[in-house]
Order: sequence, then structure tokens, then C-alpha cells
Amino acid sequence: MDSITFRLNGTEVTITSPGTRRLLDVLREDFSMTAAKEGCGEGECGACSVLKDGRVVNSCMVPVGSIQGCEIVTLEGLRESEQGKRIIDAFVQSGSVQCGFCTPGMVMAAASLLAEHPRPSEAEVREGLSGNLCRCTGYDAIVRGVILASREGEGL
Amino acid sequence: MTTGISRSVPRVDAYDKAAGITRYIADIPVAGVCYGKLVRTSISRGTILDIDVPELPEGFWFISEGDIPEGGRNRIHMIKEDWPVFTNSEVRFYGQTIGILVGPDREQLIALADAVRVTYREQEAAFTIEEGLACRGGALHGDDNLFADYCLVKGDPESAFSRAHRVIEDVIETGFQEHVYMEPQGITVEEQDGKIVIHASCQCPFYIRKAVAPSLNRSLDDIIVRQAVTGGGFGGKEHFPDIIASAAAVAVTKVHRPVQVIFDREEDMCYSTKRHPSQVIFKTALDSENRIIGMDIDARINAGAYESCSPVVLQRLIFSSNSVYDIPNVQLRGRAVATSTIPSDAFRGFGAPQGIIAAELHMSHIAREIGMDEVELKRSLMVSKGSRTITNGTIHETVKLHEMWQRIAEVSGWHEKKSRYAPGSGRGMGAAFYLHGGGFTGSGEQDIIKARVRMVKRDDGIVEILLSNVEMGQGLQTTFRKIAAQVLDCDYRDILLADPDTDRVPDSGPTVASRSIMIVGRLVQLAAEQLKHKLHEPGAQESEAAYTQPPGCHWDQETLQGDAYPAYGWGICVIETAVDPDTCEVETLGVWTIHEIGKAIDEAIVHGQVTGGVIQALGYGSLEKLELKDGKFFQHTMADYIIPTTLDFPGVYSELVENPYPYGPFGAKGLGELVFDGAAASYAMAVQHAVDRTVSRIPVTPEYIMELKTHG
Ligand code: FES
Ligand code: FES
Repeated sequence: MDSITFRLNGTEVTITSPGTRRLLDVLREDFSMTAAKEGCGEGECGACSVLKDGRVVNSCMVPVGSIQGCEIVTLEGLRESEQGKRIIDAFVQSGSVQCGFCTPGMVMAAASLLAEHPRPSEAEVREGLSGNLCRCTGYDAIVRGVILASREGEGL
Repeated sequence: MTTGISRSVPRVDAYDKAAGITRYIADIPVAGVCYGKLVRTSISRGTILDIDVPELPEGFWFISEGDIPEGGRNRIHMIKEDWPVFTNSEVRFYGQTIGILVGPDREQLIALADAVRVTYREQEAAFTIEEGLACRGGALHGDDNLFADYCLVKGDPESAFSRAHRVIEDVIETGFQEHVYMEPQGITVEEQDGKIVIHASCQCPFYIRKAVAPSLNRSLDDIIVRQAVTGGGFGGKEHFPDIIASAAAVAVTKVHRPVQVIFDREEDMCYSTKRHPSQVIFKTALDSENRIIGMDIDARINAGAYESCSPVVLQRLIFSSNSVYDIPNVQLRGRAVATSTIPSDAFRGFGAPQGIIAAELHMSHIAREIGMDEVELKRSLMVSKGSRTITNGTIHETVKLHEMWQRIAEVSGWHEKKSRYAPGSGRGMGAAFYLHGGGFTGSGEQDIIKARVRMVKRDDGIVEILLSNVEMGQGLQTTFRKIAAQVLDCDYRDILLADPDTDRVPDSGPTVASRSIMIVGRLVQLAAEQLKHKLHEPGAQESEAAYTQPPGCHWDQETLQGDAYPAYGWGICVIETAVDPDTCEVETLGVWTIHEIGKAIDEAIVHGQVTGGVIQALGYGSLEKLELKDGKFFQHTMADYIIPTTLDFPGVYSELVENPYPYGPFGAKGLGELVFDGAAASYAMAVQHAVDRTVSRIPVTPEYIMELKTHG
């Protein structure tokens, strides 16, 4: 058992857990934060995306022992921020959501992308979301949602 | 500007899903839950001699055939009694359920499942269509391994072939496809007030009820199925949840605790059902003017080890095998072949994509052989209102394919590009034409499903729709509400529509076959019209609508003759590709589509279905290779079974043409599968043009293109 301290959605937390446990399980089981989903458990689909120090990571591939002192943001935290609200709203407006299972991960990937490229081109959006799989939408509406969020962001 | 019901509105489920508030089955904690882990066969065919289960810690159980309640059947009722719940002797495929281990700790369950030792007597197995037809290792089903064997005749093929100047032969093949719904299979089963309650990520709550009840020797009403929010289905959650639910339900009757089974991705990919591989053999008779005068078709599908819905998939395949063409004289044989693979089952399109891919590629091959432009050949044979179908039924509606073609040729720059790209130049254009019949095949809606929809106005004035079709991403929660709201002249968001619970809703049928809007949506409209008259009467009011066959449609299920479908959706997909001369990697430069679905209930939802269906079909046509090695799937993770990402294909151009259907809600017909049917064929033909080689199978991978370029 290790004692691990990190910031989770802005609050410092300490857990006692084997350091090898997946961050995804810690979030879902210890903190009841279920926005991050398990789509593959092997780093391929992005459904489990969260932000680690501002960068999108697959939480199914992150041993919780490696996040000592890090800043973790999940969709539960992001949705309270202006940027999170903007992305969620743009997804709703753009028809970016179908079954919704990939969507939380897509929103996190979009947040990470927009932090780096506030006004991305379509190609940059496609590149930025390329680690997140969606089987329903064919991606076009998600790409449009991210671009809409970036435009709305400028107006603020 | 779009007006009326087609105008897009925000989906009712979008915000909660995008904000991560929506809870799927794995997100909902269950007090006192036992997790379930299926124990499976590790051979494809033979007999189980012994099952050695390790000593189980306190709180763990192994449930198998002997635990089926007295009088319960060890058969899962699908279309008929079908797969066994648990096998303890005959093994028909790799991964068949032997038992289910249940207990409170998932890690421990995996270790225990690995420690179960099973000894077998192994037998030779058939895996491919050819091996199945040859009854390799002895017949698995009957004495010929055929779950279905159909014949169709239209016109006088015999005389056509006797007059033939030349006969062109062709074999078109398609492979397995995995659904890869992003949410893996999952269910929770529990006892409540003496009843068995099943929460399932699923498409067909009433199917699960029908499947589970006989195994428990309980009445249908004793089994309650509540759909959980479903993270994609595409056909993969049509029958497969029956399999898991039956095993888990037996366990619950034994351990009297809730049992939850959630697959991880690898388990899902290895052991869930797949799309039927197909092989379609054509012989086409031409006269001295190179006109098509007859066609002989031999269609086979790999059905796997149990029947499930293979005969119906085969029916849709053969009924689609002339696609949108009126071929004068046709004889067809269709066979669903038993093999020792996981039973193949429903997947978006349900046989139609295989039929259409075969028809489209074969027509393009004929055009290549006779030196004619392939689109001109196809357009010369296109059906129109009044045309006779392959089942000697009639096309009842106006067919707008010619005007759709003018339009899509224009926006895609077809004529200019087609003349600029010489065959074999590395650049290619493909155009696929397709149709999809809405609703169950033949008389299924009328004789088997008998859909009913209820609508209530509660005491407090709130209107609720009660039906059994599920939201699985396709937008039904929004479109059903819109239909009712349009009739009742209210805000769609004010109408209630819960995820179905078999204890509360009438059976409006399964969420399959592009029937939800066309068939059930129509009933929503009719129920709303009835309720409208009573809306201002005091107290609770109720209305109900039941399905009736549109007039003028006739079908004989015995002979498979007549109108296989009351109405069709129509589509064209054009694709432009560039093939790298050295690596044979293909870049898709453009995707243009046009569809006629009667009337869009919500344009954004429709375009979302188009884009999603087309990209899924392009995956099927290009990337998604799923191979069997000794009865096991070689690709079994998302790292080795490749589905499209944001980078594989460009944006999809999508246009709609209206042609209201009098028996659909506000004129709407089916949509969800149509949009899957054509893109793979279009892609294959675009590559065919680019490399000037005959493409006869999908997926068209760079390795296959390399092979074509080397060997011709
Ligand atoms: S669940 Fe983590 S990448 Fe798929
Ligand atoms: S919306 Fe279903 S996987 Fe993306």
C-alpha cells in the first residue's frame, strides 16, 4: 500500500492504495467519479481520458502511484469551468453526441486540444482527437462541436 | 431553410451524456453484488469429458447446467429454442459457455476461471463456408449443415441461359465484422419481490424476457427487463444479451444475490457474435448486344454453430442481391451454412450489405468485361415504380435514383474526374447505388411482432409515451418525442419517454431492422392523434395504436414470394481515392452521399446517422479485418482490430431528398441501416478504378491491393 497525494478537480486528496492500481479504477471506485469510461482498458480508445497536469491521458494506462503531486481533472471538474461548459454546450448544439459512451473522453480531449490551440483548424482538431474512438458518429459532428467551442471561446 | 418536423432540435439526451452525468450499467453500484465470469470451452468441436472446478472460497459459486431450476430448459429461446445456456457435453464452438463463476471479487474470479480444468474429446471441425458445405468432421446440423436453403426464381432464367451469347462468372466475398460498440456488453440481474429483474445494455428488452423465462421455468411476467442506457448496439446487442442474461439469471436463482456481468473489451471481441461472412457466386447471361438477360446467383453465409437469426439474415441478403436493378430472369439459391464458429448474428444491415456489395461489384465487373461505363450500365437497369422485385413483388413507390444521381454526380465532380483519372492511374472514383427495405422482412411485422404503442395523459396533464424501442445512440428519445409533440402541438421536451421496462410498456417490438421510426414512429403518431381528442378531458386519458399492414402489400412466407418490404430507403455513395503506387496505402479524398428516406424526422440526427453509418461501412470495406485461426479470432483487441479514427476518412457530404411515404410518420421511412449499405462497395470500386484490377472481396486492404497488382 502506498499513500498518494494529488489534486483532483482542484482539491488536494490523499489515498492509500497499491501504486499499481489504474487511475481509472481509483476515480470510479474510490471517488465515484464515473464520467471516465472503460472502453478498452488498453490505451486504445480514449473513453477513459482525463487531464493530467493539463494534458489528456488515458487513465486506464496510468498507475495511480505515478500521479503523486499531479493535478488531475476529470469531466466532473471540467464541467464546472467556463471552458468545460462551452465545450459541452457546443457538443449539444452540434449533434456531437449519439450513444454518448465516447463523449466524456472526447470532451476531455477537446479541452486539452483547445488549451494548446485556441483556434484550431479542422486538421488540427482531427489530429487532436485521433486517440479517441467513436463508433457512432463518424466524427464529423464532434469535429464541428470542437470548432464551435473554439469560436464561442473567442467571443468571451 | 428546413421547416416542420425535419428542423433539428437539441437531443434530449445530449447534455447529460456530454457532461458525464448519464450512468451506464457499469457506472451504477449495486449493493451486495456478485460479479459473474463466464467459463468457456477452449476447443471448437467435441465432447466435454470432465469439468474440474477448483475449491471455491466462501462466497463464490460455480453455476452450470445442473443448476437450471427444475423444469427449466437448457436452451435459449431466440427465434426458436437455440443455443444452450450451459454446455456440459457437446461443444460446437470455441468460447461456448460451460458455466458461470460468481463472487464478490473480480480479480479472484478471473484466477478461479483460469483454474477450471476441462477435458475434452476433440473432433475435426469445419470453419469456412466450403468446409461447412463439405460437412467436414461430419454434419453439425441435420445431415447437410444447412440452417436454411432457399430458392428464388423470377421470369424464365432457363430460357435466358439457353439464349445466352456469353456468360460472365464472378465470386464476391466479405469477411467477419466486429461491432465495437464503445460500451462493452453488460447486465445486472437481481431478485425483486419474487421476480427476476434484468437490467441490460440492449436493443430488445422483450427478446431477453422471452429468452430467459423458459430457462428458469417461469412465466414471462415473472421476468422484468429494464433497459440500461446503451452505449451503442449496431445489432450486437440484439440477441447476444440473451446469452449473458440467461446464464446470470440461473445464477441468481441459486445464490439469491444480484449478479453483474460486464465484459472487458477483449472478452467482448473474442466471444460476442459477428457479422456473417458471405460468398456470392454469379453467372450472368448476356445476349449478342451485351445486354443482361439472366442471372444465376448462389449465395452462402457462414452462420456459425447455432441458428440464431441466420435464416432471416440470409433472406435479407438474397432479397438485396439484385440491389436496385431490375434483372429480367433470375434464379437464386441461398444457404446458411453451419460451421464451428461463434454463431454469426445481427449487424447493421442484416445481410443487405453483403447482398449489395456483391451486386454492385458484380455489375461493375460486367461493365469492365464489356467495356461499358459502369454507372451507365447500372442506370440502364435501375428499378422504377411498378418494377418487379426478385421475389416477384412490386416497387410501390416513385424511385428517385436518376435525379439523385444527377445531383451527386454534380457535387462530386464525377464526370470530370472519371474522365481525368485513367483506369490504373492511381486515382479512382466509385459509385454505389443501394436500397434498404424498412421493417421486418416479409410478413414479420404483421404475423410475429404485432407492435403496440400506448400513450397516456396523466392526471397532472403530462403526456407519456410507452413503447419498447430503445435509445442506443440513434436518437429515438428525441425523434419519438418530436413525432408526438408535432401532433399534440407541444414542446418535445415536455413529453415523457423512459427507457423501456417490460413491466410497464407494451411490446412495440425490437430495436432492429430500421423499423423504429417507420413502423413504431407511425404508431406514436397514430396514438398521439387519438390522444389529442381527449387531451382536454379531465383526469387520466389513454390511447393505443397497433400495427396494421399497409394496403396492397402481399407476402407468402412459405414461398418467399411477394412484397418483401412495404417501402425502401434509397441511396448513392460516391468515393474518390488515391492509391500509393509503392505501398498500396489508400487515401480517401472525398465521400459524397445522397439518401431518400421519405422524410427526415430530424435533419441533424439523420446526418449523424449517415456519417456514422458511412464511416462504419468504410471501416468494413477497408480496415476491419477479422480472421479465424483454428476457430478463434486472431484479432481480439482494439490494437489489432482496427476501426476508423478521425484521421482515416475525410468529412462526409450528406444530402437528403424527400419522398414522403404515406404509411410512415410524417412520411418517414427507415434509415439506420440504409446508410451502412453502400459505402464499402463504393470504396472497393474506387480502388478498382485506381488500380485497374478486379476487386472481388472486402476489406480492400493494402495487402490485398498489392496481391491484385502482382497477380492481376
Ligand atoms: S479505456 Fe482507456 S483507452 Fe480505452
Ligand atoms: S457517440 Fe457512441 S461511441 Fe461515440
